[in-house]
Amino acid sequence: MGTTTQTLEHNLDLAAIRRQFPILNQQVNDKPLVYFDNAATTQKPLVVIDALKNYYQKDNANIHRGIHTLAERATADFEKTRDTVKEFIGAVHREEIIFTKGTTEGINLVAQTWGRANLKEGDEILVSGMEHHSNMVPWQMIAQEKKAKVIIIPINDAGELLMDEYEKLLNSRTKLVAVVHASNALGSINPVKHIIQQAHRHGAVVLIDGAQSTSHLDIAVSDWNADFFVFSGHKVYGPTGVGVLYGKRELLESMPPYQGGGEMIGEVRYDGFTWNELPYKFEAGTPNIADVIALKAALDFISVLGKQNIRSYENTLLQYAYTKLESLEGIRFIGTAKEKVSILSFVFNDIHHQDLGIILDKEGIAIRTGHHCTQPLMGRLCITGTSRASFAVYNTIEEIDRLEAGLKKAIKLFR
Amino acid sequence: MNISIDDIQKEIIEDFSILDEWDDKYAYIIECGKKLKPLPQEYKNEEHLVRGCQSQVWLHAEHKDGLVYFYAESDAIIVKGLISLLIKVLSGHKAEDIVKSDLYFIDKIGMQSHLSMTRSNGLASMLKTMKVKALLFLEQEKAN
Ligand SMILES: Cc1ncc(COP(=O)(O)O)c(C=O)c1O
Repeated sequence: MGTTTQTLEHNLDLAAIRRQFPILNQQVNDKPLVYFDNAATTQKPLVVIDALKNYYQKDNANIHRGIHTLAERATADFEKTRDTVKEFIGAVHREEIIFTKGTTEGINLVAQTWGRANLKEGDEILVSGMEHHSNMVPWQMIAQEKKAKVIIIPINDAGELLMDEYEKLLNSRTKLVAVVHASNALGSINPVKHIIQQAHRHGAVVLIDGAQSTSHLDIAVSDWNADFFVFSGHKVYGPTGVGVLYGKRELLESMPPYQGGGEMIGEVRYDGFTWNELPYKFEAGTPNIADVIALKAALDFISVLGKQNIRSYENTLLQYAYTKLESLEGIRFIGTAKEKVSILSFVFNDIHHQDLGIILDKEGIAIRTGHHCTQPLMGRLCITGTSRASFAVYNTIEEIDRLEAGLKKAIKLFR
Repeated sequence: MNISIDDIQKEIIEDFSILDEWDDKYAYIIECGKKLKPLPQEYKNEEHLVRGCQSQVWLHAEHKDGLVYFYAESDAIIVKGLISLLIKVLSGHKAEDIVKSDLYFIDKIGMQSHLSMTRSNGLASMLKTMKVKALLFLEQEKAN
């Protein structure tokens, strides 16, 4: 792979990167696979697959409770991931890192613990108009229960937050602001540091949904002064079923536990229990040990390549894709924010996105079509869905040429 | 006497048998979709909507002189083409025959993936709804 890619300006060895992803090397419908559904989930490098295999072949044991060698080894590796995550997202304390199943669970945890303890009737939760259902429904649920209100921060047609409107919405009733760092449907990058500063002025806490940003952008929770930050392992080249909730120590300490069970307790009597300390207070039961351990390999993989290199390469792919697809008759790009991650959403007025997806799949090209779990956003933009190509570090210029050719073929079939 | 559900299926399979490439098959289906009569606006409502994940499908069924007639439309053209084939096969037959029918032609023309649960296009629910409607008509017949 990658003769023309060699001419691109970046510091990445694409051939070596692609060798890390054996899954890419296959035929789909008799065509070489082009995987452009990275915003849904990224593929996994060999280092991650090997970490999983290695754990089950050599180290498997339940953690934190055993005194035997395997248990110690597994515990040490598990806890090493916590340190790596801490560095990766710029947190100060390791106990601020809570392992979850993913972004969705992290948000629900905050809604059900912090939200239940702190929200009351008349309180306001601000969420943006471009949120994934995962950062919308948990707030609607707790708001309903507490008779609080969920208020939407509006966006413009390009898919950018209206920051003036945001500032006007903030007031003393605002208890929480929950905003996505990078939109999964549009790619827009939101100015999270500024959003956090503004919210803090009114005493509101802020949760940042980093599901789509963590593999592409520098994350600096402490520098931003974020209260909560969540992401999923499977979108950062890591395994499914593992994610991270970052919370400021004081906040996490003041929150009641989420689930009860083993690990999360200090002492249990027949008539009651005490909580364990952070982070274990929020990690009830045997955790997802193997996937947590393999998450470290994924984050190391990103760090070795370098976020700057990844970002600059992915941006080259995005700009190339824009120039290629722009010339297709009737195409309309959805999400044209100035600051974007490598997500390209588009529609044709006369071709349904589902039809496009079916034909591209026949051409071996995997894209995502539909509402991308952002139905309110689709309503705001007056569309029912989009076709979305999202790029990762292993994608190539040739693959974008394939996408262009596939779209041309589809257009010919449909028109 | 009408041509049977079985014979129509055989006809469609025959039509497809000369189409070797997948693009020709899809071009044929797209053509069927384009030719499908638009569903009257009055039926394009919530009540007639068949829940699918990505494309919308509206279905209307009528029971006249002992026969069941289907009318449908979708906002996606491939689904619309597949619907037109379903209508061609099932519409205008006795409720009993529709309920009992085995639609093997979908598999034979290589379109079975559109019926699988993992394809979120509502075609499976469309087919199920057609059969349910026929079943309801059949029960009405028996009650009368
Ligand atoms: C912006 C955003 N938030 C939240 C989620 C939910 O992530 P998960 O399904 O991994 O919990 C996603 C996943 O698509 C997302 O893109």
